[in-house]
Amino acid sequence: MASEKSIFLSVLNDTRSRSLIIQFLLLAGIVLGFSWIVENTITNLAAQNKSVGFGFLSQTAGFNIQTTLGTWMFDYEVGRSTYLDVYYIGIVNTFVVAFFGVLAATVIGFAFGIMRLSHNFVIRSFATVYVEVLRNIPLLLQMFFWYFAVLSALPDKRGKIEIIPDIIGINITGLYIPSAHPQDGFMATVIALIVAAVLTFFINRWARLRQQATGQIFPAFWVGAGLLVGLPLIVFLVTGRPLTWVIPEFLETGPILRRGYQDGGILVIPEMMAIWLALSLYTAAFIAEIVRAGIQAVNKGQTEASSALGLRRGPILRLVIIPQAMRIIIPPLTSQYLNLTKNSSLAVAIAYPELVSIFAGTALNQVGKEIEMIFMMMSVYLTFSIATAMFMNWFNARAKLVER
Amino acid sequence: MAQSQSQAQSQAQSQAQSGKSAYKGYVRTKDARVLAAPPSEAGLSGWLYHNIFESMSNFSSPAAAIGSLLMAVFTVLIAWFGISITWSLVDFAFISAVWSDPDGLKREACWTVDQGGQLPSGWHGACWPFVAAKMKFVMYGAYDNDQLWRVNVTGIIGIIALGWTMIETLPYRRLAGIFLLTAYPVLATFLLTGGNFDISYEDLVTVIVVGLALITAGRLSDRGFLGAFLAQISALFGVSGWLLIAYAVVAGLLGADAGLRHIPTNDWGGLLVTLVVAVTGIVAALPLGIVLALGRRSQMPIARILSTIFIEFWRGVPLITVLFMASVMLPLFLPEGVNFDNLLRALVGVMLFSAAYMAEVVRGGLQAIDSGQFEGADAVGLSYWQSMRLIILPQALTHVIPGIVNTFIGLFKDTTLVSIIGLFDLLGAMQAAINDVAWASPVQAHTGYLFIAALFFVFCFGMSRYSIYTENKLSRDRKH
Repeated sequence: MASEKSIFLSVLNDTRSRSLIIQFLLLAGIVLGFSWIVENTITNLAAQNKSVGFGFLSQTAGFNIQTTLGTWMFDYEVGRSTYLDVYYIGIVNTFVVAFFGVLAATVIGFAFGIMRLSHNFVIRSFATVYVEVLRNIPLLLQMFFWYFAVLSALPDKRGKIEIIPDIIGINITGLYIPSAHPQDGFMATVIALIVAAVLTFFINRWARLRQQATGQIFPAFWVGAGLLVGLPLIVFLVTGRPLTWVIPEFLETGPILRRGYQDGGILVIPEMMAIWLALSLYTAAFIAEIVRAGIQAVNKGQTEASSALGLRRGPILRLVIIPQAMRIIIPPLTSQYLNLTKNSSLAVAIAYPELVSIFAGTALNQVGKEIEMIFMMMSVYLTFSIATAMFMNWFNARAKLVER
Repeated sequence: MAQSQSQAQSQAQSQAQSGKSAYKGYVRTKDARVLAAPPSEAGLSGWLYHNIFESMSNFSSPAAAIGSLLMAVFTVLIAWFGISITWSLVDFAFISAVWSDPDGLKREACWTVDQGGQLPSGWHGACWPFVAAKMKFVMYGAYDNDQLWRVNVTGIIGIIALGWTMIETLPYRRLAGIFLLTAYPVLATFLLTGGNFDISYEDLVTVIVVGLALITAGRLSDRGFLGAFLAQISALFGVSGWLLIAYAVVAGLLGADAGLRHIPTNDWGGLLVTLVVAVTGIVAALPLGIVLALGRRSQMPIARILSTIFIEFWRGVPLITVLFMASVMLPLFLPEGVNFDNLLRALVGVMLFSAAYMAEVVRGGLQAIDSGQFEGADAVGLSYWQSMRLIILPQALTHVIPGIVNTFIGLFKDTTLVSIIGLFDLLGAMQAAINDVAWASPVQAHTGYLFIAALFFVFCFGMSRYSIYTENKLSRDRKH
C-alpha cells in the first residue's frame, strides 16, 4: 500500500510525467469545451430547422451588386449567378482595394517617412502633423469623412468635374476613366514585355558577376529600363497599335433623365474611392513611422564611413543606408500590408461590395447559413495572413545578418 | 583663471616699467573681445538658416542648383498647403462657426440665405448648436436623463483611481491599481446597470460554503493532515476556493437592490459604450493574454501549439469578422435559453481579439528578460508559478507597459467598429445624430465628424504621449 502510494507520488513529482498529465488535462478540457459548443449548436440549429452544408453555394443570388471589377470578372447577373460567384466577387473586390491601397500607402508612407527626417523645418513638421493626426483618428471615421463629407459634395448625376477634359471625369456616381481593349495582335506586345523582363534578369546577373570579377561597372539599370520600355513599345508600334481606348461618353443634351455618363470606359464607384483614400492615407501614417525608425536605426557611422570612402550622398543612400534600413523596415511593413487588407473589411460600413459586405452581410441575411459563411469568410483572411507570415519568415531568414 | 591672468598682466607691467625686460614674444594683455556668433549660426536667422534655407542654398553645381530650386518650390508648396488647410480648419471651427441657437431654430440656425436661413450665401462653418443639442446622446446614448449621475460618478472614480496609479509621487499607488483592476469593475457594473441582477442567494450561500470548505481542505492538506497525495495539490484547493468566494461576493453585490433603476445595455451609447468596450477589452484581455503568452513560451508542446493556434487565429482575422461572429454565431454556441445582450456579445468578441494581441505584447516582454532570471528563480527553488509571479512577470509587464498602452490605443480606435453590429458607440451615436432631419444642413456631417475626430485625437494622442514618456523613463531606469 505504502509503496503504491509512493510510486504515485513520484510520478506526480516527476517533471516529465507531470507535464504530460497537465497537457492531457488541458487537451481534455479543450475537447470537452468544443464538444459542448458543437452539441449546443446542433441543438440550436435543430430548433431553428436548419441544416449544415454548403449546398447553398449553388443557389442563385437574388440581389444587386454594384458594378465593380468583381462583378465584371464573374459576369454577375441577378437570378443567374450563384452565391459562390458572390463569394468570389467579394474576394476579388477585397483584393482590388487592398492592392491599390498597398501601392498608394507605400508611396505616400515612404514619402512622409523621409520627409519626417528632412532638415527642412517646414517639410519635417508638415510630415509630423500628418502622421500624428492620421494615426490618432479611427479609420472608420476617416472612411465616413471621405464618403459622407467629401465625396457626397461631388456634382450630381448630370454634372461632372473634369479632371482631364472629355477623358476623365468625376461625379456622384463615380470616377469615369477610359478603358483599354486589346485587339488581335496585342499578344505580341505582351510577349515582348516578358522577353524584355527575362533579358533584363540575365543582363543584371551577368553585370553583377562581371563587376565582382573585374570591377567594371555596367549600366544595368538603364539598359534594363530601356529594354523593358523600349522593346514592348517597338513591337506595339510595329504591329500597328492593336489597342483601342473606349472613352466614357457624357451626354449634355437631350432628355434630362438621360443626361450624364453613358456606357463605356471604366467606372470607379465612390465607395471604392472613399475606402481607398481612407485606407491608404491611414496606413501611410504608420508606414511613415516604420520608414523613419528604419532609417534612423542605421548607425551614423555607416554614413560617415561611406563619405570617408568617397561616396556621394546619392550612392550612400542607395548602396549603404537603404539596403540596411530595408532589413529593418520590411517585416513591420508586411504586417502593415496585412493590416490594410484586414482593414478593408471596414468597407462594409459604407456598402462597398467586398467580402464582408456582400457575403457575410447581404448573402448571409438571405441564406442564413451563419456557420458556413462566417467560416468561409474568415478562412480567406486567415489564408492571406498565413501566406504573409510565411513570406516574412522567408524574408527574415534571407535578410538576416550573416554573422561569423 | 581671471586672477592668474591679472597676475600675469601685473608682472608684465612691472617688467615693462623696470625697463630691463628684453622682448619675450607677444603676450596678450587684455581679454579678446567676445564676438557674437555669426548670424547663420545663432538666433532666429541661424535657426531659419539651419532649418529652412540650408537645404536650398547649394549652388555649387548645376545638379545641386536644380535640387536647391526644387527644394525651395517644394517648401513653398508644402507651407502653402499646410497653412491653407490649417486656416480653413480654424475658419470652419471657430471664425465662421455658429455658436449658439438662442431662438431654438435648430436646422435653420445653420442655413444660408439660399437655403432659407439667415447666414450669408456661400457660408461654410461649424454648426456647434447641433453638437450641443446632441451632446447628451453622443456622450451617454439613450441612458435615462435623470440617472446620468451614475455614469458620471463611475467616470470620476475611474479617473481619480487611474490618475492615482499613474502619478508617481503619490503614496499607495499599488493599492489604487489593485482597486482599479478588481473592485472598480464590479462597482462600475453595479452603478451602470443598476444592480438587481436575477441571482438566487440560496445558491450563493452554497457556493460560499463549498468555497470555505475547499479553502479549509487546502489548509489542512497543506499541513499534511489529509495524506501525502493531497498535500501535493493543496494549492489547487485554495485557488478554486478563493475563486468561488470571489464569484459569490461579486454575484451577491450585483444582485443587491440599492434602489437603483435597472438600465438595459441597449440604452447605453456614445462615449460610455466606447469606454466600456475599450476598457473591458483591455482589462479582461490582460490575464488571458498573460496565460496565452506563457503558454506560447511553455515547454509543453500541446500547451504551446494550442496557444499559438489561438493567438494566430484571432490575429489573422479582422476585428469586424470577429464582431460578426460574436453577434451571429455566439447565440448558436450557447445552450438554449442563455441569451446575451448585444453589448456583452461585442465584449466577448473584443476580449478574445485583444487577448491575442496582448499575448504577443507580453511575449515580447518575456523574451526581453535575461535567461539568468529564469535560472536564478529555478536555483532558489521556486516553482514555475512562483517564479513567474515573483520574478518574471513583474519585470516583463513593466517592460511592456508602452506596448500595452499602444494596444489600448489601437483597441480604443477599433471600438468604432461596434457601430457596424448595431451598437451606438461614439461614432455610431454621432452618425445617428447626423442623420437627424431636425438638424439637417450641409455642414452637419462636417461638424459632427470634426467633433468626434477631435475627441479621439485628444484621447489617443494623450495616451501615445504617456506611452512615450513611460518608454523613456523605463529606458532611463535600465541604464546603469
